[in-house]
Amino acid sequence: MNSSSIYRPAGFDFSNEIRNNFLHEKGLPLPGATSTGTTIVGCLFKDGIVLGADTRATEGPIVADKNCEKIHYITESIRCCGAGTAADTEFTTALISSNMEMHALQTGRKPRVVTAMTMLKQMLHRYQGHIGAALVLGGVDITGPQLFTIHPHGSTDKLPYVTMGSGSLAAMAMFESSWKPNMEREEALTLVKAAIAAGIFNDLGSGSNVDACIITATGTEMLRNVEMPNQRVQKERDYKFRRGTTAWRKEDIRQLIVQEHTKPVGGDEMDTS
Amino acid sequence: MSIMSHNGGSVIAMVGKDCVAIASDLRLGNEAMGISSNFQRIFPVSDRIYLGLPGLATDVATLREKFRFRVNMYTIKEEREIKPETFAHLVSSTLYEHRFGPYFIEPVMAGISKTPTGGVKPFIAATDLIGCLNFAKDFVVAGTASDKLYGVAEGLWEPDLEPEDLFETISQTLLNAVDRDAFSGWGALVHVITKDKVITRTLKGRMD
Repeated sequence: MNSSSIYRPAGFDFSNEIRNNFLHEKGLPLPGATSTGTTIVGCLFKDGIVLGADTRATEGPIVADKNCEKIHYITESIRCCGAGTAADTEFTTALISSNMEMHALQTGRKPRVVTAMTMLKQMLHRYQGHIGAALVLGGVDITGPQLFTIHPHGSTDKLPYVTMGSGSLAAMAMFESSWKPNMEREEALTLVKAAIAAGIFNDLGSGSNVDACIITATGTEMLRNVEMPNQRVQKERDYKFRRGTTAWRKEDIRQLIVQEHTKPVGGDEMDTS
Repeated sequence: MSIMSHNGGSVIAMVGKDCVAIASDLRLGNEAMGISSNFQRIFPVSDRIYLGLPGLATDVATLREKFRFRVNMYTIKEEREIKPETFAHLVSSTLYEHRFGPYFIEPVMAGISKTPTGGVKPFIAATDLIGCLNFAKDFVVAGTASDKLYGVAEGLWEPDLEPEDLFETISQTLLNAVDRDAFSGWGALVHVITKDKVITRTLKGRMD
């Protein structure tokens, strides 16, 4: 791809493929990306959908982000939780969100959840699982509340309660024991919070706080950090260093505010007569 | 042996009170062999935004030029300076474009932006090698010493540090972390970005 051209085609750029495959053949493993070893859930209740997610992002055994957002915006009444490769969930949902807005403008109607689901599954299937996004899609449209899961290869499920990510087993245990049809809003939110908490405390890939999102026909309520069961306590003392502790060789200060000095030169007054 | 640690190097950025700091070591290596002790991997993007590029040195050079080009194009087209938040998304989408053949770089950026009320807002962010953004409120790290940097920074960082205190905290964090990393070190460079000036200091560190 000619990188000096300002007119770049859309889509992925494979220009580093040859180099990277050569390095791979030399025995150098390709490094891993940030993954959201995650607990994400969705739950149907009497008049809508509750989505839930934890807020931990990991890079192998390291916690990369202690409070990330995993409930992504698709449209005003559709949201999507993402698990798997963090960059993939982020960019896939952003792309579909954009396409859904265009679709809404084109048709002049509020787009349906199945539309988003179909766009997502067709895209993920086209990439044969190489885009590692495992999604929980939920929303309310003209046909009522809808809840789907979408796997990285493009298969989908339509169920009244769903979980995904590394904490899905812990979360599903909560749903299997406590979910019942036609729950009230508060009841459903409590169950979703309990399912995410099960993931946070029993799965190493999940952690920190609980995010939730309640979508009904009347509106969407994003509950960022509804539960914060892992708040850090105040440090017992501070570890500030005395100024001048660090030895340095060279200093360069760049002033960002331009200072102007006017110095009168010569002695002759201007002739103003 | 991973390609990410072929040339070595680490970068860290921290938030202070109306200021931010970004620091890196200065080593360029070829696996265990040291090549240079004056390898720049932090670059100014605008007056108040700095970008650190730890990872494979060939990609440091490539991406530095790529971002210079794209920021220049943005500035000309939009007729205004790029905001740190916008720049973070530029970095993110540039890396994600190469999702299936990535650059071996994990960028770290630091900057301050002006608020409509006349105040300043500190900003730091980091991405992984395919552009997954991480906006942190405290500090971000990347490079071969990232594990150690996480540990030390978690212990030393505290909120609302004044520029001079932030300089000490980030310097000590970096220096002590890279001393436990074989692939980082050989000197260090710190930038502290405040409302009206940028202080750049070259640190004295272990040269082994």
